[in-house]
Amino acid sequence: MKHYELVVIGGGPAGLAAAIEAKKNGIEDILVIERDKELGGILQQCIHNGFGLQMFKEELTGPEYAERYIVELGKMNIPYKIDTMVVDITADKEISYMSVAEGFVTISATAIVLAMGCRERTRGAVSISGTRPSGVYNAGMAQLLINTEGFNVGKKVIILGSGDIGLIMARRLTLEGAEVVGVLSRGGYAAGLARNVVQCLDDFNIPLMLNRTIIKINGKDRVESVVLVDMDENKQPIPGSEETVECDTVLFSVGLIPENELSEKADIHLDRKTKGPLVDDTMATDVDGIFACGNVVHVHDIVDFVSFESEKAGKNAAKYIQGIRGKSRSHVKTKAGNGIGYIVPQEIQLVHDEKIVELFTRVRHVDTDVKFVVKLGDKVIREIKKNHVTPSEMEKIVIAASALELSNEILTVEVTKEGV
Amino acid sequence: MYDVAIIGAGVIGAGIARELSRYDINVALIEKENDVSMGTTKANSAIIHAGYDALPNTNKGKFNALGNPMFDKLCEELDVPFKRIGSYVLAFSEEEVKTLEELYQRGLDNNIPGMEIVKRDELLKREPNLGDQVVAGLFAPTAGIIGPWELTIALAENAVENGVELLLNHEVLDIKKNDTFKVITNEGVIETKYLINCAGVFADEIHNMIAEKSFEIKAWKGQYYLLDKMKEPVVNSIMFQCPTDKGKGILILPTVHNNTLIGPDSEMFDDKDDVETDSDNLSFIQEKAKRTVHNLPMNQVITSFAGLRAKPSTKDFIIEEVKDVPGFFDVAGIESPGLSSAPAIAVYVADLVKAKYEDLKENIAFNPIRKAVPHFMSLSNEEKQALIAKDARYGRIVCRCEWITEGEIVESIHRKVGATTVDGVKRRVRPGMGRCQGGFCGAKVMEILSRELKKDIKTIVKDRSDSYIITGETKEVRS
Repeated sequence: MKHYELVVIGGGPAGLAAAIEAKKNGIEDILVIERDKELGGILQQCIHNGFGLQMFKEELTGPEYAERYIVELGKMNIPYKIDTMVVDITADKEISYMSVAEGFVTISATAIVLAMGCRERTRGAVSISGTRPSGVYNAGMAQLLINTEGFNVGKKVIILGSGDIGLIMARRLTLEGAEVVGVLSRGGYAAGLARNVVQCLDDFNIPLMLNRTIIKINGKDRVESVVLVDMDENKQPIPGSEETVECDTVLFSVGLIPENELSEKADIHLDRKTKGPLVDDTMATDVDGIFACGNVVHVHDIVDFVSFESEKAGKNAAKYIQGIRGKSRSHVKTKAGNGIGYIVPQEIQLVHDEKIVELFTRVRHVDTDVKFVVKLGDKVIREIKKNHVTPSEMEKIVIAASALELSNEILTVEVTKEGV
Repeated sequence: MYDVAIIGAGVIGAGIARELSRYDINVALIEKENDVSMGTTKANSAIIHAGYDALPNTNKGKFNALGNPMFDKLCEELDVPFKRIGSYVLAFSEEEVKTLEELYQRGLDNNIPGMEIVKRDELLKREPNLGDQVVAGLFAPTAGIIGPWELTIALAENAVENGVELLLNHEVLDIKKNDTFKVITNEGVIETKYLINCAGVFADEIHNMIAEKSFEIKAWKGQYYLLDKMKEPVVNSIMFQCPTDKGKGILILPTVHNNTLIGPDSEMFDDKDDVETDSDNLSFIQEKAKRTVHNLPMNQVITSFAGLRAKPSTKDFIIEEVKDVPGFFDVAGIESPGLSSAPAIAVYVADLVKAKYEDLKENIAFNPIRKAVPHFMSLSNEEKQALIAKDARYGRIVCRCEWITEGEIVESIHRKVGATTVDGVKRRVRPGMGRCQGGFCGAKVMEILSRELKKDIKTIVKDRSDSYIITGETKEVRS
């Protein structure tokens, strides 16, 4: 069985950044495994711009952002396999993959970085009744068909879900001559970034329909119409508000889920909230020597943050391989308190000489004039004021590592209203 | 000129076609859709019933009891997924236990083997997720689960391999008779000596084209939820609820592919093509199902769907040569337990045809064996290696939820009754059946279909002929 020091599963932005950073930290024997025909992951079909503002202080398209890492990988002579699918991982760090070129192969690794990304939630997951005609797409599949394959998917389109992919596809379809009847949000706000609402909807006069959803899809063979309904504040349909709207296409942009089938095969435990592996502050999972980063851990809204997180995973995997992972200086577990959706990492260990600890979190509701309160046990260790918070934007909270040293208490983050 | 033409390529029509392919005659299997298994066969509970339910002196009772034991051999010959996992009818009160006892007695009358009434304590050892109100269950070990369309595709494929001609996209518009039958379709006239009506919910309409009206078929819709595969199964066996005055109850069962199926309700509609789901019905199903299993994991739903039952006005299967039209056979009103009865019905109808001939010769070339497209991921590592060495396309995973390879998809297209649509591929080798519902692999499957069938990708459809997917190329100049 061939052995590698580090195997990175996934050649998207997360895997590329982790591999490059591991090499920079002295690891020579690396293999990146990518299932698609090229490196770059989902970025390759994201031909719009807006990537790289944090990382490169430039506005790049998805393929351009990916290209920077692919070129870097090449310069550093990091080996990779494309068109190759990992089908199994064990807790002993044996990896089985398949490809046309090599067939079915099992290898082993000293450390593994999981960077498989995420997938879209489907129509089934949001339970919409009616028929099952053609013309119903996940936004990502429509994006692939249009941007990568060069085919149009419909002429009159309704988009359910106001996440970033939904917003971006509304603009993309409009540019290809389709009529986008509207982008629906079940809640009272858009789920995507504010800049995307402006640049993708407002600039093209595409209506954003808040508190509104699809309850039924009609059409025997192809979509013929949908039934829309208004939602009350408890996200329940308001009877009598039903409206049938003709269209030939429905796009679903109803959220993303980390893709962790492989993680579960390796007996890695997942967080019920993020649906990604439980990780510590070095991006290590609860299986020794297996690290994880990017959207497989929690869904990010900006790729730059995926890259930062993955550099951390790559660097720490390198230290693990070199045997310089220290002893835990902290046993703090994090807990999402009032108003908080989740926190990554779920555990803080301080195994290296960290000065700071970064917590990534999302609030549960849109709000203004709030503060984040970070508590260790009952003791408040940090407060941060915020003018505006929304679940669509990930928040980073930095705390001093010294505050957590030798503690085994629970660290809670909660949102409170200013002045209360 | 055919000896026999069969209208309708569902599990009944395909089954009869295969039985007739044992003989030295020309058989045509006529289907209006672009694939087999497109009607009631496509969406149902996928159960092979033990057979205690139907009254003994009915066709339903007779053919179910005969059909059930035939599945082991049939599914082995045709390489179709089938598991005898047993079924329970659950009683939720002492009153309902009495109904179980009646069913038990009826089962004995129908010669159903191995039944027992199991009390709650023992039941919970076998099925730990059952609800608090469950008192007892009637266990029938011979009940099983099957892939209904896999069975039908296999039957049709084996029939075609043995000489049957499958005529897809042939919609029967009218039927005339003088010496022979002239079946008028949108694709021309088909002439045949004998004609068998297996047209599912449309069997009454076909019957009325040539014979006096004698029955009516109503389409009764049933809706279902399909849950994702889970590490721990929700139930290990088929779970019925005790039938009451209010209806038959909702069932929960594993599928042959380890998903969980919940449903169906029952509602009559005039439109025989109507397979839309309704949120009220689905909520009703969910509420009812919660009695059977507590903490039903509804967050694992990957899709919901509806299927139709062909309910006859006569209340029993209609399987006979029509008196006023000699040579014309009805096989109509095959509602539940139709799937369970299908193999027995096929043999019976083939015998009816055989009786028309003085000395019907056997087809000496008949081969009952059909191999399924290999399911790559269930092979051993050595077998995987060998298959990739033979065809490298088995090394490329296309569907990452169900781990389906390009090799499997290509083979499903090039089979005798090959896939021509995205859903046709899905029914044969399952890409798109999983949790992403084709979100990742859909475009790739279209590409493979286009390449293998040498058809423009813009003409590749999802399911029925009008379910087009692509509306044009990007950057096209609009006129």
